[in-house]
Amino acid sequence: MHDKTLAELTRSLDAGDFSSRELTQHLLGRIDRLDGQLNSFITVTHEQALAAADAADAARAAGKAGALTGLPLALKDIFCTQDVKTTAGSRMLDSFIAPYDATVVEKLKAAGTVSLGKTNMDEFAMGSSNENSHYGPVKNPWDFTAVPGGSSGGSAAAVAAGFVPAAIGTDTGGSIRQPAAFCGITGLKPTYGRVSRYGMIAYASSLDQAGPMARSAEDCALLLNAMAGHDLRDSTCVQRGVPDYTEELGTALSGLKIGLPSEYFGDGLDPQVEAAVREAIKVFESLGASVREVSLPHTHYAIPAYYVIAPAEASSNLSRYDGVRFGHRCADPVDLIDLYKRSRAEGFGDEVKRRILIGTHTLSEGFFDAYYKKAQQVRRLIRQDFLDAFEEVDVLMGPAAPTPAFDLGANKDPVSMYLQDIYTIAINLAGIPGMSVPVGFAGKRPVGLQILGSHFNESRLLNVAHQFQLATDWHRQCPALAEENA
Amino acid sequence: MQWETVIGLEVHVQLATRSKIFSGASTAFGAEPNTQACAVDLGLPGVLPVLNEAAVAMAVKFGLAIDAEIPEVSVFDRKNYFYPDLPKGYQTSQMYQPIVGAGVVEITLEDGTTKPVRVHHAHLEEDAGKSLHEDFHGMTGVDLNRAGTPLLEIVSEPDMRSAKEAAAYLKAIHSIVTYLGISDGNMAEGSMRCDVNVSVRPKGQEAFGTRAEIKNVNSFRFVERAIAFEVERQIELLEDGGKVVQETRLFDPERDETRSMRTKEEANDYRYFPCPDLLPVVLDKAYIDHLRDNLPELPAEKRARFENELGLSAYDASVLSATREMADYFEEVKDVCQDAKQAANWVQGELAGALNRENLSIANSPVSARQLGELVARVLDDTINGKAAKQVFQALWNGQGASADDIIEAQGLKQVTDTGAIEAMIDQVIADSPAQVAQYRDAEPDKRGKMIGYFVGQVMKASRGTANPQQVNELLKQKLDALC
Repeated sequence: MHDKTLAELTRSLDAGDFSSRELTQHLLGRIDRLDGQLNSFITVTHEQALAAADAADAARAAGKAGALTGLPLALKDIFCTQDVKTTAGSRMLDSFIAPYDATVVEKLKAAGTVSLGKTNMDEFAMGSSNENSHYGPVKNPWDFTAVPGGSSGGSAAAVAAGFVPAAIGTDTGGSIRQPAAFCGITGLKPTYGRVSRYGMIAYASSLDQAGPMARSAEDCALLLNAMAGHDLRDSTCVQRGVPDYTEELGTALSGLKIGLPSEYFGDGLDPQVEAAVREAIKVFESLGASVREVSLPHTHYAIPAYYVIAPAEASSNLSRYDGVRFGHRCADPVDLIDLYKRSRAEGFGDEVKRRILIGTHTLSEGFFDAYYKKAQQVRRLIRQDFLDAFEEVDVLMGPAAPTPAFDLGANKDPVSMYLQDIYTIAINLAGIPGMSVPVGFAGKRPVGLQILGSHFNESRLLNVAHQFQLATDWHRQCPALAEENA
Repeated sequence: MQWETVIGLEVHVQLATRSKIFSGASTAFGAEPNTQACAVDLGLPGVLPVLNEAAVAMAVKFGLAIDAEIPEVSVFDRKNYFYPDLPKGYQTSQMYQPIVGAGVVEITLEDGTTKPVRVHHAHLEEDAGKSLHEDFHGMTGVDLNRAGTPLLEIVSEPDMRSAKEAAAYLKAIHSIVTYLGISDGNMAEGSMRCDVNVSVRPKGQEAFGTRAEIKNVNSFRFVERAIAFEVERQIELLEDGGKVVQETRLFDPERDETRSMRTKEEANDYRYFPCPDLLPVVLDKAYIDHLRDNLPELPAEKRARFENELGLSAYDASVLSATREMADYFEEVKDVCQDAKQAANWVQGELAGALNRENLSIANSPVSARQLGELVARVLDDTINGKAAKQVFQALWNGQGASADDIIEAQGLKQVTDTGAIEAMIDQVIADSPAQVAQYRDAEPDKRGKMIGYFVGQVMKASRGTANPQQVNELLKQKLDALC
């Protein structure tokens, strides 16, 4: 039962093949036995999961089951959960228990889902390999010598390993799409403002967005149905009707215009990744889509602009971790400054400190105009590039990452790590939705195709991915973990 | 050398919203520490601010009241610094695009002249919590009840030239915000505080001198005293060949002096940038017009109407329009008794005297405006005389009756105007005072006028104060003169 999609599991639950409790117990058992190899979970909530599963079974028995009732999933440990600790992958929040649920958590609970626990991640979502976690790195289920990607590495690995059929991640510069690509699953970063950020621990507020990670586009659509919508507690979450994202899933792709940004196929792109992506595009052509090359001329400014804006916001967002009210506090501070300095020095890891320093510098008097203001201007140009492209084509396609999953410990230099996000980061700056869909392998390691759409056009994106998945079975491939090998 | 003082004020007005500027927690004053701070006020991980529309409306009303430009778009920025009572490590404020643009406040000086003081802008921001240094045995306590309370910071141009002008400006702001009902104006509870920028320059010099900023002065009196001290300090420094340092100073009301807090070099770099959690505030014309159409009458308009339409003196008009409570009280008394001058006399005389004696504000007056109006009406229609009126007022003050009429009835204070009854009392007094009558008769006719006072007093006493004094006077004169 651990390799089924949400849609398939619902059919089995409805048919009485097994109960939500049995499904939950089965998956908890897998996590208990196998996650020692991967380290994808920070917290597993056995008791709460079984209680939620029982409630879901009761609801189903009473004829009150919805599309997600009784389906297990996992939450990136960046979503605040009442009574369950929320660490954001940081020593700073090692013992933090929020007195509230994030809006996304609340909505998924209301939809009847069963959370099995909180997944590992790069500290405060800062990273592209999940190596920046206070709780240790996560291993890629396809190849234990490789990273799972980041920052939602735990969520991606847990789905790929068959611990959960779906997980929720967040994406600030590629943190859903890149790990989805590295682990061979389907991930969606919705339009900025589509899903509430309330209760989601902030990294860079103008870029952060929560989204689903699952085995199929159809499952992502089911999850987005539950996650999306206006929230009075988040001013940046738009007041806009939520369509049924499964409704367009039957639409044929004939006449679909696909754009291939020339900037996404240039130097630095791994040939095996390129081959898999081009092969996938042929599938789309065979489904009736037309393909043309387009240009996103400001692409090469995306990483520099991002590494001004995101650290600037982060430096301010992370000021609240000062050891005064919650979170890590150093032992025996001699005075206030000592309390601040040591609590933060001990509580934060190196990458977080690096970005706080960058952000503090770029916002400083005398540098603000040259960095922050300029980066915002660049951001508008990048957004305009996409708006222009969507005048000509319906969707854009390219690789989700320049290489397949790289080796653990391979990118010691922060800048080479930052360059891993070269194809994903501009999408957050523009605020548009983006997906990663598995389209093949480079050796043992999966390759992801990125599909981009215009603002609030998730329905089309999901259908484009879904049609591909009806025609191929890359998304049904599963890694073999030790137990199965034995 | 002749020196000129230059003053600019930053006034922080606490807006009278029920909930905080970015959260639903209550803003009520005086609750137990940290009982009015929700997750948003505590800056817990993951929480987000949501702007309180009531605070926006109040800020715009203030802008309209001072004829300021209201920009279509305003933006919230983060002011970043670490402090234990600042939960998020930044204050959400407006640095670059404030909600209220340039405007003018008219101030009235003691001699009755007026002067315009320009307002540079006013912006919305959240208040911080409070650090409490006592009772914690070497540690500091933090109370976050106040964190997130909406403030309107009103920044003046350096247009004031004396401590008196600064106090008059502060009073004018106080009067506008209380008239608008956007603040309770309670300075003792910190609802209005100000930072004072003071510099001096040789008279006639164009360029400003180096200024010092005195932080957090919280009463009209302290503003005057702080400025007086600071001006003297700066002049003394300059005359001794020294230099004024640009710095932040603190006023100590107990020692009546200002002390250095930090110099410009020690100042924080606040790293302002637009708050990504809040959308820009966009105000359409219809919204602003609606607020404009519903503005109450403001102090300056009220003063002019009291003078021009009610015929009050400039002084009376200015005193009675000073606060909305005073003006509303006066207008009700006037409406009930139908005589503006008598109403003004009673409010500023008997009532103001009693309030002063017991240190009460007009809002807490034991005598309501309706009660006082009815009392004045009874004087005007000759039901009671002036002496009895004071007695009735005292009785109302002491809560001895619900209305003037009840008290007049109960205490028998109704004025006696029946000539026969008064004549009877006069005859009795004359009969009982043969010695005084003899003196009166023997006196020169031009001295008799003064002597009649004794008889008037006796008759009034016999009537227990209720006889009409004018009638008593006339009839007595007739009767005594007839004896001569």
